[in-house]
Amino acid sequence: MNFDLNEEQQLLQESVQKFVQNDYDFESRRKLVSSDRGYSEAHWQTFAELGWLGVPFAEADGGFGGGPIETMLLMQEMGKALVVEPYLATVVLFGGCLRRGGSPEQRERLLGGIVAGELQGALGFTEPQSRFNLLDVATQASAANGGYVLNGLKGVVLNGANADQLIVSARTSGDTRDPEGISLFLVDANAPGVERRGYPTVDGQRAAEVRLNNVRVSNQDLVGELDGGASLLQAVIDEGILAVGAEAVGCMEKLVHTTVEYSKTRKQFDQPIGQFQALQHRMVDMFIAQEQAKSMMYLAAMRMAEAAPDAEKVVAAFKVQVGNSARLVGQEAVQLHGGMGQTDELDVGHYFKRLTVIQHQFGDVDHHLGRFGAL
Amino acid sequence: MRTDPKAPKKQQGISFLLIDMNTPGIEVRPIITLNGEHHVNDTFFTDVRVPVENLIGEENKGWTYAKVLLTHERTGIARVGQSKQQLHLLKALAGEQLQNGRPLIEDPIFKRKIDAVEIDLMALEMTDLRVLSSVATGGAPGPESSILKIRGSEVQQAISELQMEVFGYYSAPYVPETHRTDYSGDFVGPELASTTTPNYFGLRPATVYGGSNEIQKNIISKAVFGL
Repeated sequence: MNFDLNEEQQLLQESVQKFVQNDYDFESRRKLVSSDRGYSEAHWQTFAELGWLGVPFAEADGGFGGGPIETMLLMQEMGKALVVEPYLATVVLFGGCLRRGGSPEQRERLLGGIVAGELQGALGFTEPQSRFNLLDVATQASAANGGYVLNGLKGVVLNGANADQLIVSARTSGDTRDPEGISLFLVDANAPGVERRGYPTVDGQRAAEVRLNNVRVSNQDLVGELDGGASLLQAVIDEGILAVGAEAVGCMEKLVHTTVEYSKTRKQFDQPIGQFQALQHRMVDMFIAQEQAKSMMYLAAMRMAEAAPDAEKVVAAFKVQVGNSARLVGQEAVQLHGGMGQTDELDVGHYFKRLTVIQHQFGDVDHHLGRFGAL
Repeated sequence: MRTDPKAPKKQQGISFLLIDMNTPGIEVRPIITLNGEHHVNDTFFTDVRVPVENLIGEENKGWTYAKVLLTHERTGIARVGQSKQQLHLLKALAGEQLQNGRPLIEDPIFKRKIDAVEIDLMALEMTDLRVLSSVATGGAPGPESSILKIRGSEVQQAISELQMEVFGYYSAPYVPETHRTDYSGDFVGPELASTTTPNYFGLRPATVYGGSNEIQKNIISKAVFGL
């Protein structure tokens, strides 16, 4: 198997590495996390200038024609520095829906704005009762005068409060958990009837509760097929899984490295704790977990890039591996740092928190084990 | 405090002192922990004067006292009662939160995870009662108390992790104002979800404080096995 990156991919990887090394130290990130928007608009412009915001979009849409491998590389490097800019929400999720299901008019109108760093987006696909089931949609879209009226609540919408445009899943027919009858709609985040409550999440990112009260949208705001939104949504969420999974691999690489280095300097009983075999073995287990997740990351990215028939099943397997690895590496990194690992001051706890969120984001281990078995 | 720096062993030459925190030379620097809260501090002593009558017990016997205190601490850290209460809460939460329109607790996979931790807790309680019964006539708990520390902290962490798992996406929002007991506004998602993940983070130190679980294993292998 050939795991070599081509020249463009190497350049992309190096450009993210360079950015996080020069401009994303932990103290600067801490300031961004507590700022009003929760991320840096200047960094976002840098992302646009470096071409990252156009990575997954077709050249005809103003993008760079990249695919799963490119998204993987970008997110893995961002994971190493716990980047909080909403790349996942705007480019992967919101942009992914438009790329896969958007009409030429929608792509023309919106993708340019994403690529230029002028438009923030969010995807509302979960609800209070839905847990990880994408089909569990109670939000209603009723046909009315050449358009639809939306009513419902989308919960924990990533980047929901900062977004200019939203895409939400809603029922145009069928019962709450029917596979048919889900449609995706573009909604102006400032349209009458859209009520947003933004808040931070435990990993230093931002999300919002988005209530839709008689929100009017036109027929042109439908993204993808009427009643056929479920498969589009699933495909985009699978891309989200690859993205956060790669981010998790980056977080794990950073944590394993940091923990091993700490064990060389922290002394107990007059010797570095890294000299104790009991701890050496535990750090080796962390390393193995990281490497297994990385292997599955490559497999998932390659299968998705080939649009292989088993891509969906491999993605489910990847999310299971990421969930298990992220849990072990995060918990052990904190434990092996002892008292210091429990502090907000040290970055270790912050990586642990991001890994904790990724464990359940887009479905936890049990959910994807079930999906793997069923596919 | 080290009162005899020349003592032949590190365990010797330590004493306990009672110190008024308003004494000049004491500096307290807050430490914010993973869950965003302030419970612990760094405390710095610079030329702090303490009267002789504030010595606790005998001079240079601090380690002997500390060992006894620590065995009690280890027993206390088992927190069997608290874990029972939290297990009860876990079942209630899993009975309320939905998955495919049914309470999550009806999912046999999730139910088994709850059952498994309940059995761990039953075993812990009996081990705790054995330790308590052996000291009922006086004396300090033996090295078995380290079992209580290890398993007790692990059970607490496991229950808090399952509580977090119950809430799925709603384990992520972090809205500290909703944690206040006098908060009367709307919650983001289910009310109890707001503190669940901070609790999970807040319990990570349980396997570190009171002598880390790794140290407890050293104690058992040394004191029980003689290794």
